[in-house]
Amino acid sequence: MKEILIISGKGGAGKTSLCAAFAVLAGNSVLVDCDVDASDLHLLLKPDVRETHAFVAGLAPVVDTSLCTRCGECVEVCRFDAFRVGEGDFAVIDESACEGCGVCASFCPAHAIRMTPRLCGEWYESFTARGTMFHAKLLPGGENSGKLVAEIRRAARTYAGESGAERILLDGPPGIGCPVISAMTGVDLAVVVTEPTVSGLHDLNRTLELARQFEIDCAVVLNKADLNREMAARTRNFCTERGVDVIGEIPFDPLFNQALREGKTMADYPESVSGRRIAELWETISKKGNRTC
Amino acid sequence: MKIAVASGKGGTGKTTVALALAETLGERGLLLDCDVEEPNCHLFLDSAPARSEQVEIPVPEFDPERCLGCGTCARSCNFHAIAALGKKMLFFPELCHSCGGCTLICKTGAIAETMHGIGNLEFRATAGIELISGVMNVGYPMAVPVIRKLKEQALPDRVNVLDCPPGTACPMVSAVRDADFVLLVTEPTVFGLHDLELACDTLEELHLKCGVIVNRADDNCGELEAFCRKRGIPILMKIPFSRKIAEGYSSGRRLTECAPELKEEFEALLASVCESRQVRQ
Amino acid sequence: MKIAFTSRGRNLDVLLDSRFGRAPFFVIHDTVSGDTTAVENIQNLNAAQGAGIQSATTVANAGIEAVVTGHCGPKAFRVLQAAGIKVYQTSALTGAEALRQFEAGVLTPLESADVEGHWA
Repeated sequence: MKEILIISGKGGAGKTSLCAAFAVLAGNSVLVDCDVDASDLHLLLKPDVRETHAFVAGLAPVVDTSLCTRCGECVEVCRFDAFRVGEGDFAVIDESACEGCGVCASFCPAHAIRMTPRLCGEWYESFTARGTMFHAKLLPGGENSGKLVAEIRRAARTYAGESGAERILLDGPPGIGCPVISAMTGVDLAVVVTEPTVSGLHDLNRTLELARQFEIDCAVVLNKADLNREMAARTRNFCTERGVDVIGEIPFDPLFNQALREGKTMADYPESVSGRRIAELWETISKKGNRTC
Repeated sequence: MKIAVASGKGGTGKTTVALALAETLGERGLLLDCDVEEPNCHLFLDSAPARSEQVEIPVPEFDPERCLGCGTCARSCNFHAIAALGKKMLFFPELCHSCGGCTLICKTGAIAETMHGIGNLEFRATAGIELISGVMNVGYPMAVPVIRKLKEQALPDRVNVLDCPPGTACPMVSAVRDADFVLLVTEPTVFGLHDLELACDTLEELHLKCGVIVNRADDNCGELEAFCRKRGIPILMKIPFSRKIAEGYSSGRRLTECAPELKEEFEALLASVCESRQVRQ
Repeated sequence: MKIAFTSRGRNLDVLLDSRFGRAPFFVIHDTVSGDTTAVENIQNLNAAQGAGIQSATTVANAGIEAVVTGHCGPKAFRVLQAAGIKVYQTSALTGAEALRQFEAGVLTPLESADVEGHWA
């Protein structure tokens, strides 16, 4: 059973569109949308939610106002500016600033603060026409996005093992922070989608460096390839120097957005140039990623 | 004053807009690139940094002479960044949130704080733009501490423009939190609209005022306009889809160079944002 | 010597759990006395991060000299190594089978973590 991750350091390069197309072409795959704070894959794959699970991670402080003496020690000791004690007010917590360290609770002289499990979002096991899908919604400003990604990956692996699925397709988050690291660890192949722009190349470099640190095999897809010839050439050269294969190139195509508007994926346009390239790309990808689990 | 440029979806044009605003502001402005995982602003300034500063966070350092091997510090760490093996203390800096808890809780004063590097701030000034970029070390997992340090560089007498990370999780929230105004950059696509809604929800939770900039605007803005009307969020500007702009962007040319006709619109945008916060321009 | 097996249950006949940080139990076998006991690791299954570190600390503080598991991440490995504990990799299905492999000397100790951990 193989795990294939689609990422791009740069947002907007086309990874979700491609992931959805691959899901259609692949068949018998388990799907995971790891972009937990701005999930989009469900817009194309239209999941029918079967199970909802609360995602509880980390701790959040709760002030018992019957014990709070308004001494302000919590304000002093909190390094994240998460406390306010106003005139005549009890201690009030700014949840968006709180990191759940618990120092306030440990040092409140009145023992008025208790650390309680923090609800950070929820995750879903859903049925789609292309396979079972695991996705999530992180609450706004949610912490522990990396843990949420790990949670849905774990659920997907368990399900894939039990159902005999051939592979797990993961739609990755943008950037290179903790949710990306969590999406990346242990996958058989990371397909990195990039575009021939100065920003795209810069972000590709950092993404590949991250993958190198975590010893993940990568393959690059150049999307909107005809947007800029010079940058496309520079991107190809860069990949050659880095020893990473560019396994496919897709021209800039308004069909991507049209497909979205029509609720379709690029696999629904097999006669188009892009559609053909994407099908060829999938052929290549499905043969790669031979690391044994 | 702080103007945050954010979006739900990545790739909508935050950096493009942030740069245009900074250029319009000239010496009144300061651009802070808060997308510390993948900072891009500097790519459009074509100059090496004038100087660079390491971003450091306080982390614990253990004194074996004073350590009793009680393991209290390890047990008290909510992030499990410390492993106590008798008197041998193992520390995992990538898990540390620098809360200082272990330092405070140690009964024998065996823990002191030392500084640990997690990224860099790069300072540039070209083309009338002053830019400070936050660059997180690749492999370090947390953007938030780098963003926090970067924001300390904001100047009270300038209009600080913050190029924010995409999404709605803690990096974005950390960047927008205390903004006077948030400009949400979106595009008239299905994903763009969906993620815009998520971003609006987040800003509502944070009680932040916002307006929308539609990038790559075309004839399909109807749904987007209806959404903004419903939510009472003004559409402050529309940048039309243009191959010329896209090509310029791909080569690292700023918007003001590719589409100088937009300069006046950015001036008007700034005027209305500053006015809405009753701040002298 | 005491050997710990990452297990799904409390004795050697139960299936092994391949992942060090998230196994529900450690089944500990004393090669001198022949006794087998179990230590719960369930509290680490839901840790937001650092589960491997906690599991490794539990094991180290129980006087274990060797761990037999499927996969061990880098943070856990670092703790085990610091505690002087050798980590052996097995693909055996049960603790009993893994113990037989260990006693036959067919298992080799890991030089470094074999998977990247973090949250997985």
